[in-house]
Amino acid sequence: MISLAGRDILHAWSRFVLTGMGLGLLIGVTLSMAGIYRGMVDDAGALLDNSGADLWVVQKDTQGPYAESSSLRDDVVHSVRGMPGVARAANVTYFTMQVARGARDVRAMVVGFEPGLPGAPGELIAGRRITRSHYEAVADVKTGFAVGDTIRIRRHDYTVVGLTRRTVSSGGDPMVFIPLKDAQEAQFLKDNDAIVNERARSAANPAFNRPGLPGLLEAITDSQSSNHNVNAVLVQIAPGLDAEAVAEPIRRWKHLTVFTRAQMEEILVAKLIATSARQIGMFLVILAVVSAAIVAFIIYTMTLGKIREIAVLKLIGTRNRSIAGMILQQALGLGLIGFMVGKTAATLWAPIFPKYVLLLPGDALRGFVVVMAICALASLMAIRAALKVDPAAAIGG
Amino acid sequence: MTHPTHGIRIEGLRKRYGEGDTAVDALKDVNMQVAPGEVVGLIGPSGSGKSTLLKCLGAVIEPTAGRMILGEQTIYDNGWKTPDLRALRRDHIGFVFQAPYLIPFLNVTDNVALLPMLAGQKNAVARARARELLGALDVAHRAEAQPSELSGGEQQRVAIARALANQPPVILADEPTAPLDSERALAVMRILNQMAAQYRTAIIVVTHDEKIIPTFRRIYHIRDGKTHEEAGEGRAIDLAPALA
Repeated sequence: MISLAGRDILHAWSRFVLTGMGLGLLIGVTLSMAGIYRGMVDDAGALLDNSGADLWVVQKDTQGPYAESSSLRDDVVHSVRGMPGVARAANVTYFTMQVARGARDVRAMVVGFEPGLPGAPGELIAGRRITRSHYEAVADVKTGFAVGDTIRIRRHDYTVVGLTRRTVSSGGDPMVFIPLKDAQEAQFLKDNDAIVNERARSAANPAFNRPGLPGLLEAITDSQSSNHNVNAVLVQIAPGLDAEAVAEPIRRWKHLTVFTRAQMEEILVAKLIATSARQIGMFLVILAVVSAAIVAFIIYTMTLGKIREIAVLKLIGTRNRSIAGMILQQALGLGLIGFMVGKTAATLWAPIFPKYVLLLPGDALRGFVVVMAICALASLMAIRAALKVDPAAAIGG
Repeated sequence: MTHPTHGIRIEGLRKRYGEGDTAVDALKDVNMQVAPGEVVGLIGPSGSGKSTLLKCLGAVIEPTAGRMILGEQTIYDNGWKTPDLRALRRDHIGFVFQAPYLIPFLNVTDNVALLPMLAGQKNAVARARARELLGALDVAHRAEAQPSELSGGEQQRVAIARALANQPPVILADEPTAPLDSERALAVMRILNQMAAQYRTAIIVVTHDEKIIPTFRRIYHIRDGKTHEEAGEGRAIDLAPALA
């Protein structure tokens, strides 16, 4: 038996392909939206992977350091190192800022880390690790910096000595790694006027500026201009131990909040990017509805354009299911072309997106099934119109 | 294929639209008989019931009463005698319309072969049958063309070939010459007569085209839902030029 749908498509292939391409671009946007969500989840995973930690020790009753702010004294790490099951622990700071790059600036997460400990940048793709105590940096390649470039962070210049890849914050901002002491200073550094004003206020306070205690004012101003806080302590546990078993004593005895990897993933994925995920979900639903409406409209108008032929087909004995099958196959054909164009477009334009777009084969497969289901549903209106055609309409009078 | 030995016979056919005070009797007492190989005209003014009769004969609307015998099969006797009207139309009735109404996305061969394929014949057999008919109608050279590439006359010949594809005992032709000039109209009639004789098919031509009325040997006039038979001139049309 002749494939009526196939012949009709071949007969008007240019119109069909152009329509499919239009639909494909819409499907491409839909796939990209799904890819952006996957990219956000992957960024969150990369953030946790790159930290190299099994446990995150943060300020009590906070969900820091990524979802909420968290502040710990930097000597907490010593007591954590002494807890059972802790193999290594390190202070770390995180703060996001606009880092100047030439005439423009780039949004980056500045990480203060201790070399050789959890929180340090992973594998480098260029350059070397930080070997000096100050003013050297390792940057993610997405910042646009090259080895040898200078980064201005607050009042200090840092030389980029190495480059990494896929070290991003949960928001997708590339990271710049600098020594912990520099980061602590940069994070809480006040401008000169503020420091002068603060010193003047302290000096004017008779409680701090006592004639009988000459070192007191100096000690107070020193404490005001230095910072001994970090955002979190990253912990690696001894091999073979259960993370929760190591975390629980730290919570109990150190009065700190400790998250395991699973808990931190929950915070990042289910809480931090939950709003964005819902936003993307809404877009996906709207795009799916728009796609369905477009396919339904196209197939319906194509069918209305063939009403006379359908009446003739019915009059000469074509089964209703053959006519319905023809329309359904055309809708599915349109969906197939649309999906192929959409997948290709999404793959081609994914690297251009500022945020990481992760197109998973499983998502593509699910997208294909959804597109086919939408096309099948969208064809129902046209099928209904075709089945209502009276074969007598082919006979005049 | 075997040729049909019976044409079509209609006895006391009636068709009523609506009920009660608003009821309209479109067909009151229609009697017709067309033998295999015969071409008869069905003539009547607008509103006389021509189209209603055609739709009843074409099994697309149900008559109210009467009897219809198609070939050797009683298809209607105060009710349809066959459950599958679609198959009845496909296998036993050919249609030729005022316009060719070829399927635009099928080539000429497949337009003709579609019916045998719908009847369950293998594609190769159906296409062979189509080519045979296209040859008989002198359009074999356009077998692979699309309908849009054919002239009006060629399209009408392909439409006639399609009507003959399943070798039906009857062909219903609805104003087949209406849009044509005299020469082409007579050419269509010549072809219909040739095909009726060659394939032993009864052909009923519904028309009010004065140009072709003299070609019928028998004519059924329909007026106010009733048919009256009369002899036609049966003018020879051998000199009519072929459709171009």
